[in-house]
Amino acid sequence: MITVQNLTKKYGTQTVLNLENLEIPTGQSFGLVGNNGAGKTTFFSLLLDLIQPSSGHIENNGVQVNTSEEWKPITSSFIDETFLIGYLTPEEYFYFIGDLRGQNKADVDALLAQFADFFHGEILGQKKYLRDLSKGNQKKAGIVASFIGNPQVVILDEPFANLDPTTQIRLKGIIKDLAAKDNVTVLVSSHDLIHVTEVCERIVVLNKGEVVKDIKTSTETLKELEAFFAG
Amino acid sequence: MFKRFASLQWKSFFRSANLGKSLAVKILMGFFAVYMLVVLAASGAGMYFLLRKAVPDQSPMWTLSQYLIYWVLIELFLRYFMQKLPVMDIKPFLTTPVKKSSIAHYILGRSAASIYNLLSLFFFIPFCIVLLFQGYSGINVLFWLVAIMAIVLSINYLNLLINKSDKALSVIGGIIVISYALDYFGVFSIKDVFGPIFHGLYAYPITVLVPLVLAVFIYYINYKFLHDKIYLDANLKPKKVQANTSDLAWTKRFGDLGTFLQLDLKMIWRNKRTKSQVWISLLFVFYGLIFYTQEIYANMMPMKAFLGVFMTGIFLSNFGQFIPAWDSSYYSMMMSQNIPLRKYLESKALLISVSVIFMFLLTIPYVYFGWEALAINFGCALYNLGVNIPVILYFGSFNKKRIELDQSPFGNMQGTSANQFLIMVPVLIVPILIFTLFYYLISLEVAVIVLCVLGLAGLALRNTLLDKVTDQYRKKKYGMIAGFKEKNG
Repeated sequence: MITVQNLTKKYGTQTVLNLENLEIPTGQSFGLVGNNGAGKTTFFSLLLDLIQPSSGHIENNGVQVNTSEEWKPITSSFIDETFLIGYLTPEEYFYFIGDLRGQNKADVDALLAQFADFFHGEILGQKKYLRDLSKGNQKKAGIVASFIGNPQVVILDEPFANLDPTTQIRLKGIIKDLAAKDNVTVLVSSHDLIHVTEVCERIVVLNKGEVVKDIKTSTETLKELEAFFAG
Repeated sequence: MFKRFASLQWKSFFRSANLGKSLAVKILMGFFAVYMLVVLAASGAGMYFLLRKAVPDQSPMWTLSQYLIYWVLIELFLRYFMQKLPVMDIKPFLTTPVKKSSIAHYILGRSAASIYNLLSLFFFIPFCIVLLFQGYSGINVLFWLVAIMAIVLSINYLNLLINKSDKALSVIGGIIVISYALDYFGVFSIKDVFGPIFHGLYAYPITVLVPLVLAVFIYYINYKFLHDKIYLDANLKPKKVQANTSDLAWTKRFGDLGTFLQLDLKMIWRNKRTKSQVWISLLFVFYGLIFYTQEIYANMMPMKAFLGVFMTGIFLSNFGQFIPAWDSSYYSMMMSQNIPLRKYLESKALLISVSVIFMFLLTIPYVYFGWEALAINFGCALYNLGVNIPVILYFGSFNKKRIELDQSPFGNMQGTSANQFLIMVPVLIVPILIFTLFYYLISLEVAVIVLCVLGLAGLALRNTLLDKVTDQYRKKKYGMIAGFKEKNG
């Protein structure tokens, strides 16, 4: 359960995020959409305590994120390629993250085996450092790394961008499987309305830092969103 | 066309991130640059008198000619590190209607105006002016200068050709060492072979054609080479190294620390800038020779304390001052991960400790210059271990400038801020002052013992100190994350 209370983030006089009250129940697959500058990444950064809120706070499973670090073991994320360590090979990176999350090599290998399809033979055993992989392949590595260590909250910022069509389809499957587990909350942001309506039970639209729509996904949702963004 | 290229060059220089640095750093760097140029020009002007004094029975021109071969070799060696062909810049032009030949000429022409070529001019022009005042024939000196400039350009272009292989570097390094050894031990005089050849450039102005033709020839080879390679896939792509995976299993012995230790070792070994820090640090073992071999410094104990702190702590300051900026490109990941900050810092401290001990072991041969050398180095090493490591880690929390790991290390000021200059005070100056004080007030032995005691005290308090440092890092976290994200920092 993630609870947001009176959360604002201001840079100077400009308010980039203003969320009065937002609750994301445990196990929900939550989609965040909005144009550039709507505040999606700001919200995720606040959730990960990478920036400080100007007021208010976020609680992640009862832990206030900017005062305690207890949320870290249950939360994992992939925001952008700055989450990768360029001079490691993908395997070394996975093992490193595994080490941090208390998983040994065998655990990590077992997890990676499930993603053989998703990797499409382009990630493991390539003898390449992460910095030398293409943007799409870097993204694949980063997304899978965020599944290591049985996290209860998974945060993915724009996971579909830069991926090829096959991978996008596979990723949708993976996110759906993950969301189907009762105790895993998945937070996804995207510019792609079709993808996000397909994988998320609930969609929140941000505009200039404020929630303008909060929809339980149905067959009508895509039309509603398209109408909103066309407007 | 060339004018347009030149204006782009101008913009790229003045809009570069380096110019956006804080004022204090800019002024300091400017000061250093002017200082270097003045020293270079002064040594150029003074070289004549220096050579006349050193070898009174022959013309300074002759003496200089004997050593020019070493200048050529050493310059080639150094440039290997410093100068790269800036091929990446031409990527945007590939799809524009610009002839490949003009792109190639532009790139090569640009490298002729590189700072490294200008540096030699700062030395040779004052030297030539002094020659003229000393009554050397104007024509000869003028053509000699032209010849030297042609040689500089030849070195410049030769470097662009050989820069692609590491083998060339070791070959040149090998030639330098072997020929100097041959000269030094009087087996075979390289100086006497090349001396007359270089002197010929002065004695017979017509020979200026030789270096000129050489320069044009090497330029042409470069041009040919480049012209055929202006494709995205051929040369413009930075080389991708094959990853060699190693799991460094022995680091597991350090328990939780092992994870970070492994990461640090890989970071150092797989990135240009950090890797060269290691080599540079190792080379600084010889720094002491400059002072220990000179009589003037024989009784200057504070100087020896400086050497002790500096030599045993070279990696400590080179590497330590940029902690945690080394991890800047993925710092936000580190901060959102389940990372015990304390372990992260301990791993860095362990790494630096090992380097201090290793550097101390390497400086043991200085005992040849007297037991004081060994004692002072030991005291300084202990001080570095106990006091300077926590100090430098503490100062690291003020680092907010991003470092791109895979960029060339030389002349690379990334990550530098006023902080880097401030660090010098506690790390280098304080121990020297302490040493000097006790040395003059009481004795050398006491001064060394004081350093040792301070070092041991620091080691004993290591845990408490690291706790304080960890708190500091926690407090500064948001500033660091924001700072490290700025690519043009």
